[in-house]
Amino acid sequence: MGEESPIKRVERLYRSSEEVRSVVGAIWKVAPQAAEAAGVDRVKIMDFCGTHEWTITHFGLRSLMPPQVELVAGPGCPVCITPGYYVDAAASLARDGVRVLTYGDAYRLQGTPRGTETDSLARARSEGAPVEVVYSVMDAVRRARGDGVESVFLAVGFETTAPATASPVTRGAVPENLTFINVHRLTPPITRYVFERVPGAPILGVIAPGHVSAITGAAAWEFVPRDYGIPAVVTGFEPLDVVLAVLEMLRQLREGRPRLVNEYSRVVSWEGNLAAKRAIERCCEVVDSAWRGIGFVEESGLAFRREFSRVDAAERYGLREPSPEDWSRDLPPGCRCAEVTLGAAKPTDCPMFMKVCTPGTPYGPCMVSQEGACSVWARYGGGGRAEEVARELGLI
Amino acid sequence: MCLGIPGRVIELSGDVALVDFLGIRREVDASMAEGIGPGDYVVVHAGVIISKLDPEEAERTLDAWREMVEFLSSEGGDGGDG
Repeated sequence: MGEESPIKRVERLYRSSEEVRSVVGAIWKVAPQAAEAAGVDRVKIMDFCGTHEWTITHFGLRSLMPPQVELVAGPGCPVCITPGYYVDAAASLARDGVRVLTYGDAYRLQGTPRGTETDSLARARSEGAPVEVVYSVMDAVRRARGDGVESVFLAVGFETTAPATASPVTRGAVPENLTFINVHRLTPPITRYVFERVPGAPILGVIAPGHVSAITGAAAWEFVPRDYGIPAVVTGFEPLDVVLAVLEMLRQLREGRPRLVNEYSRVVSWEGNLAAKRAIERCCEVVDSAWRGIGFVEESGLAFRREFSRVDAAERYGLREPSPEDWSRDLPPGCRCAEVTLGAAKPTDCPMFMKVCTPGTPYGPCMVSQEGACSVWARYGGGGRAEEVARELGLI
Repeated sequence: MCLGIPGRVIELSGDVALVDFLGIRREVDASMAEGIGPGDYVVVHAGVIISKLDPEEAERTLDAWREMVEFLSSEGGDGGDG
């Protein structure tokens, strides 16, 4: 037998069903006391990141939870919250002959709804416009430098992805023929938005995003217990990571002592990636930005500083920020993606889910991205289906 | 989008690193990988090394968590699961 790679070893440990079962046992024990201490029937815990939602759904963790614990998906799908206006703008540039490069998930994202005329980069490409999917900004830079073709990169993503854009911009490595549509968004402001403006049962715990925190540092989430009295755990992406985070938050609720814990210390430090933070800070300023179906959220996005206006597609092609009229009709009629994104509705609450809206024929943006809660539930079965089956089989 | 892929740095040359992802090798942006060198384990996101991955820390923290789980599981009183 060959020696096991440390990467595989960590994966094996953190996917061990025996370990997960033992943590779940403790969760069943602590959950009733936590709910009682918090004065609720069900403790609602929000995962921020689409990849956490994937872990929870793919590994069936929701169905392992006791009745006092509800896990809900949060706003952590950057493609889902990218305003349709930017897709329209990118597709229109492609039709004018500018090559548009982007990540795979953004390729199929719909523009502003216009019935059967809704645009996307995939549609523009099917009509012969130059659109290409790339793995990274580095590949886009190489591509543009190599052939000199006028190109635009549709740069979506949270703090995790912003360094990929900031890296070549701050190093002066962006060729003349490449500009960026900067749609980067920040995660703490939308989390505050969820706490302050979304009606319904309060969120009592936050599974904070592991890879965002690799950049921002775990410390970026200190405001959750400090300002809102809610436990927060920076969490890794294996099943054991998630159940440990849930147990820790229940324990804190039971003791009435909410605080921030970094469960993902194998990757995330307290202060984060300082080089990346410096590059983002140098390249971009924090601005009020639009979130699809939600609207403007204060200081929730990044825009290039004047010094770097040469790489800014908004400057070169005269793009504007979406106006309230743009975002008020940013989702197709009946689509509940905005509520799903804010943890106020489950994908199965939407009458379109798996009827007119499927992964093959997505109607709303939460079904497009691999990380959209609707797409995850459609592919791996959310909404308590596993629980129903288990009940029928007499397992629970 | 926030899917980070663990890998091991094989070579580092300026701002570019060659990273091995369990057999598949790719060049990635290493301009934000301060203090990281060949042989280190890293997490790569969207073609950029965003962080170091410390497998030993993974085992250390797991040991600490196990203690907490054991303590909570062995507490007296009504478990209250039904």
